[in-house]
Amino acid sequence: MPEDGRPENGRDASGGVLTVPYREREESITLERMEAPIEGTLYEGEARRAEPESELFTINMGPHHPATHGVLRLLLTLEGEVVRELMPIIGYVHTGIEKSCEDQAYWKVIPFVERMDYLSYYFNAQAYCMAVERLLEEEVPRRAQYLRVIHLELNRIASHLFWLGTSALDLGAISMLWYSLRDREKILDLFENSSGQRLHTRYFQVGGVMEDIPPGWEAKCREFLADMPNRLDQYEALLDRNEILLQRLKGVGIVPEDTLLRLGVTGPLLRATGNPWDLRKAAPYSSYDHFEFKVPVGTLGDNYDRFAVRMEEMRQSVRIIDQALEGLPEGPYITENRKYALPPRHELATSMEALIHHFKLVTEGFRVAPGEIYYPIESPRGELGCFVRADGSSKPARVHMRDPSFSNLQALPHMVKDTYIADMIASLAMLDPIIGGIDR
Amino acid sequence: MDATGLELLARSVRERVEGADAVSTNFARGEATLEIAPSALHPVMSFLKGEADEPWEVLTSVHGCDYYPEEPRLGVHYMLLSMARAERLGVKTRVRSEAPTVRSVVDLFPGANFQEREIYDFFGVEFEGHPDPRRIHMPEDYEGHPQRRDFPIGGEPVIFTFNEPKMPRWYA
Amino acid sequence: MEIDRQKAPSPGSFRARQLTARQMLKGEIEDSQLQEYVESRILVTTLEKAQNWARANAPWPLTFGLACCAIEMISVVGSPRTDASRFGAEVFRASPRQADMLILSGRVSVKMAPVIRRIYDQMLEPKWVISMGACASSAGMFNNYALVAGADRFLPVDVYVPGCPPRPEALLYGIIKLQNTIQGHPDMGWRERYQAYGTEERDAETQGRDAEIRERPA
Repeated sequence: MPEDGRPENGRDASGGVLTVPYREREESITLERMEAPIEGTLYEGEARRAEPESELFTINMGPHHPATHGVLRLLLTLEGEVVRELMPIIGYVHTGIEKSCEDQAYWKVIPFVERMDYLSYYFNAQAYCMAVERLLEEEVPRRAQYLRVIHLELNRIASHLFWLGTSALDLGAISMLWYSLRDREKILDLFENSSGQRLHTRYFQVGGVMEDIPPGWEAKCREFLADMPNRLDQYEALLDRNEILLQRLKGVGIVPEDTLLRLGVTGPLLRATGNPWDLRKAAPYSSYDHFEFKVPVGTLGDNYDRFAVRMEEMRQSVRIIDQALEGLPEGPYITENRKYALPPRHELATSMEALIHHFKLVTEGFRVAPGEIYYPIESPRGELGCFVRADGSSKPARVHMRDPSFSNLQALPHMVKDTYIADMIASLAMLDPIIGGIDR
Repeated sequence: MDATGLELLARSVRERVEGADAVSTNFARGEATLEIAPSALHPVMSFLKGEADEPWEVLTSVHGCDYYPEEPRLGVHYMLLSMARAERLGVKTRVRSEAPTVRSVVDLFPGANFQEREIYDFFGVEFEGHPDPRRIHMPEDYEGHPQRRDFPIGGEPVIFTFNEPKMPRWYA
Repeated sequence: MEIDRQKAPSPGSFRARQLTARQMLKGEIEDSQLQEYVESRILVTTLEKAQNWARANAPWPLTFGLACCAIEMISVVGSPRTDASRFGAEVFRASPRQADMLILSGRVSVKMAPVIRRIYDQMLEPKWVISMGACASSAGMFNNYALVAGADRFLPVDVYVPGCPPRPEALLYGIIKLQNTIQGHPDMGWRERYQAYGTEERDAETQGRDAEIRERPA
């Protein structure tokens, strides 16, 4: 026995082996444990000696940091390792997109607007195009609607895969990045096949889509979809049964539902608390009501629920794309109204009106009657709304995107209050902010 | 919200909210809008949130719009949403650029915090009662309000062959 | 059991090399054969070249993703199809003190420019900058108040990779060009085609260090 009477390591006071359960003995010392130690362990004698930190320390987690979410600056006020307050400072990627949009013709705004939320580029284009189509009171043909839905859901899967890879990277499960980017490459191949670009395709145009899908695209898409549920099972097997990940995510970052509603938070964060608000079901646009899919909803609203909701959303997206490919109707892929959509090139050789329309559309663009519209859609992060004000000329007078990450970021201080820095990283990963959308 | 529902709502706003006599409605392209004076904004928003027969509990977006050259010039739009009824309502006010002050709705809808800071940053509309009235996107010491229509778009002139000799050394 | 070995293995084959290596270890090789053996296995070079070869084949990038180009940059390092670790650039360091390459991917806004400059200053020599994407090289498609029109306004840039966003293969091509520059034979581009030597803004020896920019006449 050592001199000061304390039992030696691993043994209790009478010399027998410690019988404290494995988990409790291995748990790290928290502030509460200091106050109420487990009987018969090493820590009992040291309980009253340690004092929790009472000094608050403000540190800047600068715009450049290893968490791969972009240039977000966080001012943390710490007490020891516990985050007491967090203030996000944004604006480091502010590009003045909305101001630039006021200077371009309506169809030229589409590439600008795509670069706001740069992981869900089709959604930005969709919100803008639907807003302008509503202002023009223009119908989008059925085939174009289905093609839009297919590309939107593929983009949703791609965005969630990227989120999965980078979140797992932040949490330490580094190999997940390679797996999810492998599948994302397949989706980007599909996009390249249909529109020519991997990211920021100008595929959605006002009135429909730019071009029809090439022959063989459907087969490739089906090949991808056949494999995808299997892959998702593999990812769940890799992550969902990992004890460390579960302990890091479960019970962490809980925000009650009414706080989220008062903050205007939508998307997987809100659905994780149990509120099934999804604009694809509540206010269906672009033929979403033709498809049968479920909206995954969590129960507790912690980080694990957000993770599980997004994983399940990927499966439901696969279902939607399957149904859309089954029922893809024949027909035009863009509106037939030549005042808003370019005529096909073979008509330019024979028809004078087509030539004039082409000329007017390319040089000046179409004019929109004065009016204002706010059009929301459901992007992978929440409600993405586009406000367009038209003043009768060929350039919009105001384009504003209500970006979901901008509102979701206001929930971050609530998520990380009184948790550790490591939990803050996990919460930031599960929040899925895209700084391009926040800063615009 | 259809047009009749909007008219009934406007009537109840006029009757039950203090100082909200000048409420006009607009229903275009499926979107319902109430236009009110800036002084009545906060009472109307608190009425719509709480005491109306059909309350709107979520504020999805607050954004600004510059109606230059019409006066009053700076518009602030609030888009309200009711999840239970799946309905949307827009509430719009306009302030003059000489006295661009509006009472903030952060006490009713905390989600308006960042959004009102953005409107201050880009249009110069000052929100009374906002807990943190600072610029959000532009640097702290920036002068001017970029998204006003009379603010120049900035940037650089594009160099073509005809004006290249006149440009200063653009590669320096 | 009798093992039948070939009497004379063909020269250059694996078996022949194995036999000479065994003889070398035993000390059985004679003079002229020994001289040939040693000469074929020694590389004589200058310290500069060896150092440049080492530096070129292991450029450690700094994690600096700003906007959409960052997604393609992460595809370069994380996707199994285009893999930067073939070129030694997979180790993305988070601390500028440990990195030697800054891949500026994304739009450089007015608020972010001093931050980038400070991080660039914290990097240790030798350091190189790849400006990835149209927004980092010029203003890209955004010619407005909020962006700095190209990172070369405040940083010396070695390689510009155009594209919006550039494909991962394009970024790898840029990294390969940077490796050629580091090793001393930089790609001359249009100067080679038009034989316009003597007009370079920076030359192969100094490899475009910061000092060059400061010494240029105003």
